[in-house]
Amino acid sequence: MSEISFSFDDKLYEGHEGEPMAAALLRSGILTITNSTYHGRPRGVVGLGVEEPNALVQLVSGTQESMLPATVIEVSNGLAACSMTGIGALPESPDEARYDKTNCYIDTLVIGAGVAGITAADEHLRAGREVLLIDDQPGPGGHLRHLGLELPSALRDVLAHANLTYVSRCTAVGLYDQNYIVAVERRSDHLGNNAPTGRARIRVWHIRADRVVLAPGAFQRPLIFANNDRPGIMLSHAAATYVALHGVRIFTRAVIATVDNQGYRDALRLHVAGVQVQGIYDVRSGARGPSVDAARAAGIPLRLRATVVDTASNAEGALHSVTIKELDANETFQISANLLAVSGGWTPIVDLPTHIGIKPQWSEENAAFLVGHSTEGLRTAGMLSGDFGGDDDPFVFFGPALDPEQARHAYIDLQRDVTLHDLRRAVGAGLYSIEHIKRYTTIGTAHDQGKTSGMLTIGALCQLNAVEQGGKSGLSPADVGTLSFRPPYVPVPFAALAGRERGLLSDPIRITSLHQWHVEAGAVFEDVGQWKRPWYFPKPGERMEDAVRRECVAARQGVAVMDASTLGKIDIQGPDAAVFLDRIYTNMFSTLPEGQCRYGLMCKVEGIVFDDGVTTRLGKNHFLMTTTTGGAARVLAWLEEWLQTEWHDLKVYCTSVTEHISTIALVGPKSRQLLQEVITDIDLSKDAFPFMHSRMATINGIPVRISRISFSGELAFEINVAGGHALHIWQLLWVLGRPYDLTAYGTETMHVLRAEKGYIIVGQDTDGTQTPYDLNMSWIVSKKKEFIGKRSFQLPYLKATGRLQLVGLLPETPEEVIPEGAYITVLNAQPDDHGKTPHAGYVTSSYHSPALSSAFALALVADGLNRMGEIVDVPVPAPMIIRGKKVLRATICDSIFIDKENIRRDS
Amino acid sequence: MLYIPCPHCGLRNETEFHYGAEAGVAYPDPNAVTDSEWARYLHIRANPKGWLAERWVHFAGCGRWFNLWRNTITHEIGPVYLPFTTQPKAPGTPDSHRDGHEGSKV
Repeated sequence: MSEISFSFDDKLYEGHEGEPMAAALLRSGILTITNSTYHGRPRGVVGLGVEEPNALVQLVSGTQESMLPATVIEVSNGLAACSMTGIGALPESPDEARYDKTNCYIDTLVIGAGVAGITAADEHLRAGREVLLIDDQPGPGGHLRHLGLELPSALRDVLAHANLTYVSRCTAVGLYDQNYIVAVERRSDHLGNNAPTGRARIRVWHIRADRVVLAPGAFQRPLIFANNDRPGIMLSHAAATYVALHGVRIFTRAVIATVDNQGYRDALRLHVAGVQVQGIYDVRSGARGPSVDAARAAGIPLRLRATVVDTASNAEGALHSVTIKELDANETFQISANLLAVSGGWTPIVDLPTHIGIKPQWSEENAAFLVGHSTEGLRTAGMLSGDFGGDDDPFVFFGPALDPEQARHAYIDLQRDVTLHDLRRAVGAGLYSIEHIKRYTTIGTAHDQGKTSGMLTIGALCQLNAVEQGGKSGLSPADVGTLSFRPPYVPVPFAALAGRERGLLSDPIRITSLHQWHVEAGAVFEDVGQWKRPWYFPKPGERMEDAVRRECVAARQGVAVMDASTLGKIDIQGPDAAVFLDRIYTNMFSTLPEGQCRYGLMCKVEGIVFDDGVTTRLGKNHFLMTTTTGGAARVLAWLEEWLQTEWHDLKVYCTSVTEHISTIALVGPKSRQLLQEVITDIDLSKDAFPFMHSRMATINGIPVRISRISFSGELAFEINVAGGHALHIWQLLWVLGRPYDLTAYGTETMHVLRAEKGYIIVGQDTDGTQTPYDLNMSWIVSKKKEFIGKRSFQLPYLKATGRLQLVGLLPETPEEVIPEGAYITVLNAQPDDHGKTPHAGYVTSSYHSPALSSAFALALVADGLNRMGEIVDVPVPAPMIIRGKKVLRATICDSIFIDKENIRRDS
Repeated sequence: MLYIPCPHCGLRNETEFHYGAEAGVAYPDPNAVTDSEWARYLHIRANPKGWLAERWVHFAGCGRWFNLWRNTITHEIGPVYLPFTTQPKAPGTPDSHRDGHEGSKV
């Protein structure tokens, strides 16, 4: 192991590369790592790994991740960290590290590379299976690593097997149905400055395994006693490992408090390493086994039926002396010590099986909750299944009886600073479910999610209950049950879950074949679903409202052009295509002649408007359906659902052609004149080519489909052309359109134009509760045929009064555009007894109209279609006045504001 | 995440599928049902603890709809079958074969 230096709180320390930061700090004499979050008490290292509740640090070098236990950070040259008090801070600079994910399908996944896990892997290898073995430690061996022992050669052979893949530093964080496991592999932090460039910091594994073996091991439990949080009080296994394996020398006088034989083994390790072990205080009335004999033989004083009840600190807050209580004599005495090593038994790591609903079972014999699961697909092994080794002889004990004053300083959850006193208060408040107590006290809700505190809570609840029962045996942990554990088992950075799907890669961006032209023309874009659509095309110095006004005027008075390629397009073919569309749309399509278009509305079975668009009949059995830009995928899915699951007798085939066809809308009174300059093979005149007709034509030899479709209410032509030719056609129009002052317009102008005409946008002017009748579109509902949703129109609640209906609104002050979403009330509405003013509906679309020289709006108003001419209030926030509002006034009117007779459209 | 056997593509992760609720709910004749019968068709679905026949669509794969039995408690997946084919029995249900004792209970 090479020597390195790292910094902690701006001071340099020496360390062995790869050892835990906690070990290096302890060896350097740093006992107090931080102060506790709420009580501000000094705290030091308690544990060995992810169970650590105290020693949280924030990385200052590399990715500045916070809330990392010093027990899991491997030190490397140049590493820098600082202490923190349990409340992390996000770095201000973006995380430049790379994060990856990988998928893995494997015969057998073994979680935990301790003796039990490797032994299980061996069985599966012998059965001819491929095995993936993952473990959160830097190397295999589990407890053997902490003891500094080599793996037996038989197990080393297993790791070398060709069909086994072993991944270290890889923590399984979630177990899901059907053996789906998410694991997080830390790949570069431990290498510090030596990490290869480009290596992912974390790789998230998505694993699907035929068989899973869970051998995660166990955490050692602390005990509850007064002032059990001082630096120098540690889990005995952790203390012995730091001293014996990592050469920590600051502990000179140790006291052991134990409930099992692990305390004896750790006492021996401390003793052999030169620590003066002043006594083992064992709560049991008898102790037997090789480790007990060995401790006796080593001359370590042993006292049975005795345990720690309190501690005292020196001026720095670190452990100074320990108060021991003789349980039978009820006497206490003090011993001076700077290490109190506590062994409260083992808590097997039951998290993963509980993720999929497997309930741990209490074992009195093991004094622990176990999961003894064994099916073909999922098996537990090692300590989780109760295999504790022969010498442990556990005993159910969580701490001595404490008086109220002691309970105030007897910590159960060190991270949350929750004490036995707090727990008693929760019980006193009438809480008895451990889930309620968790939420009331916050036990188990911190960074460590109760890895050490969960079992203490269960034990303390049993003790409290026993006290209530007059000292007789009360609840058993089996009655209390464990807390629910949920993924992730350890905190996972969001960056790791996002992987490379960040920024530009977080969601696909869809652009039309004319996109580059729009960019060069200086368009401002808006996102419509995944599409980038030009919002408006400002000229230099123009504000948005100026540009939109200019674009609107051009479309109404001259000629303007828009890229409408994002409209959803579905090619529908087959002998039953017409019958199919009759069932899908509320209006008739089988009567539509070839070469003509029709606007259609589709409803869900519940009778609610779902999507709309124009469909063109290209041939007897061939239609081209258009959908809303955002609705294309769900409309296609809707068509497929009915064809596959209900009308399988219909011969119809639906294909998305949205990307294949570009659509250019040429709009305005001069659009015919301009278009006729480029189209010479068909007559575009009013009589030869009426509204809602569609013809094939050629432009410069390129086949195009010209349709007289209007989403603006103006004379308009839509040019459909294969995507690859769209730019050529657009540029040609642009050149020839110069004398006409051809103007490009974006979605904002499109919205103004369509709203002036009362054309709805499904999802903006509807909120998922409107029938065609509510939209004043009874004309589109066929009485002659069946279609999806028709039967529902008969349901009483769709015919009831009070339904939100689409109307127009004209504000009293023409220059004031009402904010979209604003609520509408009756005139001079007053608050009711509860201070609430009942509303009558809300504004769905609202713009300024150059054609009307006024603001106008569309709105959904209760019974709106029967309230024409009514003046209403529209209270809107007035940001200049604190908590103020002002009330706009508007008149309910028809939703069609211009050209009700369609003279312009049909001209 | 469920591991769903698409009858056309094989085992795939749940994220490739969309759920389509209870299978085998017949579309009633709209002209032959009362309002409440129609409302029941629209809104009421079986919600059992245990085995449920469900519709799924492999939208990110073959795009086809199919049905399967799923245990809503254990998430175990049972027989998979295509639309308009005979529905297999739920796992663990007794065979429809009558054993002669059934009629004797009075």
